[in-house]
Amino acid sequence: MATQTKSSSPVTPSAPPVPVVNYSTRVDKVGWRPQALSLTRAIAAVIIAIIMLIPVIWMAMTAFKPLKDAVAVPPIVFFTPSMEGFVNLMTQQRQVNGEELTQLRARTDLSWADQVALSQQRAIIGQSQFPRQLFNSLVIAGASTIISVVFAVLAAYAFSRFDIPGKDDLLFFILSQRMLPAVVVTVPIFLMYRQVGLYDTHLGMILLYTSFNLSFAVWLLKGFIDEIPKEYEEAALVDGYTRLQAFRKIVLPQSITGIAATTVFSFIFSWNEFAFALMLTQDKARTAPPSIPLILGSGGIEWSTIAAGSLAFLIPVVIVTFALRKHLLRGVTFGAIRKG
Amino acid sequence: MSQTMPSAQTTGARTIQRQMSDRKIVLWFILPTIILLIVMNIFPLIYSLFLSFTNYSVIADKPPQWIGIQNYTAILSDKNFWAAFATTGRYALLTVILQTVIGFGLALLLRNKFKGSGLVTTLILIPMMLSPIVVATFWKLIFNPSYGIFNYMLGYTNINTAPEWLGDPDRVLWAIIIVDVWMWSPFVMLLCLAGLSAIPEYLYEAAAIDRASTWFQFRRITLPQVMPLLLIAVLFRTIEAFKQFDLVYGLTGGGPGDLTETVSIRLYRLAFAGQLNTGLSSALAYIVLIIIIAVSNLYIRSLNRARGA
Repeated sequence: MATQTKSSSPVTPSAPPVPVVNYSTRVDKVGWRPQALSLTRAIAAVIIAIIMLIPVIWMAMTAFKPLKDAVAVPPIVFFTPSMEGFVNLMTQQRQVNGEELTQLRARTDLSWADQVALSQQRAIIGQSQFPRQLFNSLVIAGASTIISVVFAVLAAYAFSRFDIPGKDDLLFFILSQRMLPAVVVTVPIFLMYRQVGLYDTHLGMILLYTSFNLSFAVWLLKGFIDEIPKEYEEAALVDGYTRLQAFRKIVLPQSITGIAATTVFSFIFSWNEFAFALMLTQDKARTAPPSIPLILGSGGIEWSTIAAGSLAFLIPVVIVTFALRKHLLRGVTFGAIRKG
Repeated sequence: MSQTMPSAQTTGARTIQRQMSDRKIVLWFILPTIILLIVMNIFPLIYSLFLSFTNYSVIADKPPQWIGIQNYTAILSDKNFWAAFATTGRYALLTVILQTVIGFGLALLLRNKFKGSGLVTTLILIPMMLSPIVVATFWKLIFNPSYGIFNYMLGYTNINTAPEWLGDPDRVLWAIIIVDVWMWSPFVMLLCLAGLSAIPEYLYEAAAIDRASTWFQFRRITLPQVMPLLLIAVLFRTIEAFKQFDLVYGLTGGGPGDLTETVSIRLYRLAFAGQLNTGLSSALAYIVLIIIIAVSNLYIRSLNRARGA
């Protein structure tokens, strides 16, 4: 546990770099063999990265395949890109044939989406459920993230700076909430929600995700706040700041990176969450994750459509992964481990 | 309160006032978190502890009736329950071993920086950030016996003889393990990389001067130095594998039959499918809970040790 004395020591990584003089070359790094070895390693790493990404790439490709090409036997790699998957994902359609089909084909005022539908002998009759579910995901993940980060900053500051009786136990209690399997907690929460009318509501899901993110966010943020030298605040207190002012004007600006990283992590957790959403929502507040495997076109399972939904859902996460790459380690270990 | 001590000797009255307000700040700062956690987590858990001693069902229109430890004895003497436990155990053991080996291997490959190694590392880390249910969904496409690419990549090009990964009783657990390993080996890699980057160079220099073999260096320098972080990775993955729900639900739903029915899936089926036996499922939830708390206790302890080091 990071004790008071430990957290007050100045942060070493921010010290100015000392110029390194290379007096010796490592004896085991001379000659062609070590170099060839490191080249082989690099090539192997690149190949493994490509192999590991094949499933994701395949899904992205499937999203742009025409329905027929997505289930071609044998699987095909080259195809003419089509928006069928995305159009089917966002809209509700009905089959058209015979007379009506020729009439529709003759029309020139159709939008591109209508034309994509028409190429599959379908006509768009409205919006599908998916945009609403994606919107639910956004609202629930967004709101729960904001609330949990606000609560967590306060709690993390208190845990980082003050002696709280039973602090270690409290922190353990907070983290242990995160370890509970979703299925275990859901049964009583389901009963409770049904009783108070929170089943299948946005508010219910926001509260639940907030409480689950909170334990993670407190730990992660405490790690970041521990790194801010306590001397800054002490100087401010001597200058006549109140504790609250010092928190607002010194600690908050200093921990902005940590807050940003925590926000993004919490958002991803809520965004990706499946089990609670499956068991505690039905329709009104249903988010995207439980819906994606159930996406059905008018003609049974349409893999292009499912892949389009998955892609739309995953793209934000992939972008965020790159934005977060420096903080991934901290994030996945609840802030306990930092690089270097 | 080391930070308020120095001023305590100088200006007594003001400090007392500030200590008071400090205490208030602490209270107001941690209260929202604690209250929310109690309402959302502790209260439901207490409620389900009560339910686990009753024969309550959410669809039955009668109040819970106390039946003592009957649910617990029913679970512990149920063959299916032990089968689910055995499946979960096998699943956890195999995934964690494979993830440790592959993750550590990847970390060794990526430990020395090369041009673009940062990008390669991030690309490898992508799978673990994705939503497990979406991952399960597109792996279902990949495993498909006729138009999935998995068999083709393994060299089974004849769809009549190609294995059906999610339908074949001998392979289905392996199919889920493959997806889990694909998704979470990067996690082990990430932790191992952190451990490797913290090893001081001079240890290897000294070993090289002494003409120690590569294997010796690995066994005596690399392994012990990475061990604390590797242990954290292993414990965390064990907990997660034990809880695994999304991937199994998405890939097989516990089937074929109940071959891949892990404890979480069994719990889900008991609580939300069939006769909705709430009392019995609460009892099972409590058994799972106790196991998880025991393992996570170990986990948090080793996290704390790593933090202190």
